[in-house]
Amino acid sequence: MTTTAVRPPSRPRTARRPPPHGPSRPPRNLGRHLFLAGVSLLWLVPLLWAVYTSLRSYDDTARHGYFSWPHSIGPENFTDAWTQSGMPHFFLNSVLITVPAVLGTLLFSAAVAFHVSRFDFRFNLALLMLFTAGNLLPAQVLVTPLYRLYLLVPLPGWMSDSFLLYNSAWGIIAIHIAYQCGFCTFVLSNYMKTIPKEISEAAVVDGAQVWRQFFQIILPLCRPAFAALATLESIWIYNDFFWPLTLIETGDKRPVTSALANLQGQYFTNPNLIAAGALMTAIPTLLVYFALQRQFISGLTIGSGKG
Amino acid sequence: MSSEPSAPPAPAASPAPSALSAPSAPYRPGRLSTGDRVFLSAFIGLPLLALLVFVWLPAFTSIALSFTTWDGIDLGDIHWTGLGNYTEIFTNYPPFWPAVRNNLIWLLFTALLPTPFGILLAYQLDKKIRFTKIYQTAIFLPMVLSLAVVGFIWEIIYNPDTGLLDSALRAAGSAHHIDWLGDPDLNLWAVLIASGWRHTGYIMILYLAGLKGFDPALKEAAALDGANGRQTFLRVTFPALKPVNIIILVVTVMESLRAFDIVYVLGGGVGSKPGMELLSLLITDNIIGESSHIGYGSALAVVLLLVSLAAIGTFLVQTFRKEDR
Repeated sequence: MTTTAVRPPSRPRTARRPPPHGPSRPPRNLGRHLFLAGVSLLWLVPLLWAVYTSLRSYDDTARHGYFSWPHSIGPENFTDAWTQSGMPHFFLNSVLITVPAVLGTLLFSAAVAFHVSRFDFRFNLALLMLFTAGNLLPAQVLVTPLYRLYLLVPLPGWMSDSFLLYNSAWGIIAIHIAYQCGFCTFVLSNYMKTIPKEISEAAVVDGAQVWRQFFQIILPLCRPAFAALATLESIWIYNDFFWPLTLIETGDKRPVTSALANLQGQYFTNPNLIAAGALMTAIPTLLVYFALQRQFISGLTIGSGKG
Repeated sequence: MSSEPSAPPAPAASPAPSALSAPSAPYRPGRLSTGDRVFLSAFIGLPLLALLVFVWLPAFTSIALSFTTWDGIDLGDIHWTGLGNYTEIFTNYPPFWPAVRNNLIWLLFTALLPTPFGILLAYQLDKKIRFTKIYQTAIFLPMVLSLAVVGFIWEIIYNPDTGLLDSALRAAGSAHHIDWLGDPDLNLWAVLIASGWRHTGYIMILYLAGLKGFDPALKEAAALDGANGRQTFLRVTFPALKPVNIIILVVTVMESLRAFDIVYVLGGGVGSKPGMELLSLLITDNIIGESSHIGYGSALAVVLLLVSLAAIGTFLVQTFRKEDR
């Protein structure tokens, strides 16, 4: 892989052990900074290349080639892609699928995690395994029966104009929630185990019922975990296009990621325009990532089986 | 799986074996009020129902369908063929063994390059240095991007006429005209680079999360004993992070076996291409392709499932064994 091109500049790896805050820290960190900055830059090259391409006009790249200095730079491709391709419509589809699916996944998995981590029911371990294993099944294994199932489940007309779970956003939301629950349950139950049992005990002594324990004590304490999971799940669900591809028939109803096929067919002649359109589809996940970034790492208590 | 809320407390897990007779244990299930029990049952019931109906029911139906032939249209046309699909796949389905081989290459590549590199990056980032957030963001960014973007980005890099890679090679004086995504000998590796580009950031974030939960006292003790950075990592941190390592391993294996969307996007969205056959793509080809061979696709899916089960099983045993004291 290309990553080997960036080598860490030889760190002073002498036998001399540096004192914890001694004078040898700056050179060590300089090497580390060079290494990390080099990798970061290398990782950004493909993205920056796309941004560069999307900012150039088609005439410019057609005449001078893509690997050339720009003669005109401007946001026209972005405005064109936005207005010509019906992107607002597909963005709305994506939002209408992603937001309920992420919230549903978090609520469901919080419920299961609460159940298996805060109480000593007999089947808790089996439940946790059932949920976790469900998330690890390949999606292709599920798709055929799911397709038939969706054709059998009727929905009222106000929910879906196909009158079925098939070809409706509800079906996509449902499979996302059921499928993604496993991962979130796993992370959340690990997180909830780190909350001292005494907190629940105090709540019981104060006469709080279980539902109040859950909504008023445990959920607020899990905020970092929710932030981390909301980030990951938003990214996964928003970016997924397998379920819409197989379970939604009408191109018009598909989210923005699967609708890329429409974009590509329409504007095949202008890659710069597609670059702009494709980059715009990344904006929502970027916003979510930056908004929740602060809690992202701290909330991901994977496998910290301290309990 | 419907009787759990009324079950008595698991004696093994309770600190006081006499929990049933000791009213001081405040919230053993035995002490829950009826309202609480109803709430908890509903609470677990709904997600469980969704999981069983939307995930496990289809999974088991797929297994059953793999022993049949079916065009996917009329339910009456399902015919039992026993192991017919399987023998056919193993002996008389040309893309199958290349797909298995490619999946294995995928797994080896991912396990040997992006995964260790992600761990290395996480370890470097887990120091108190400046700009950590910037580095993290830059390397994790490919994971945040939708596959629409990822597919497109690599398309304009690999394109033989206008792409960055060939243009740069030409500018450097090379006369070669390499079709990175079209050449059956190259395209798998081209896609693997793109996949590794995403995977590294994912592993880095997961491992970083694990490192943050790691007790710093252990590291300090190792440093006091004269261990250098590498020794501390290999002998102290890495073994102590076993749970995280298992997760990383499972994520790597599962992502490699399930690899689908990035190949689908870079293959032009038409299913498997020569050189880029993968099990997931073959399944999709058979199930939603022009001619639906549901039984056939399901049998392929079961093969994938069986391989995955090895990974899932290892993970579950390793992760949950200690809790099952």
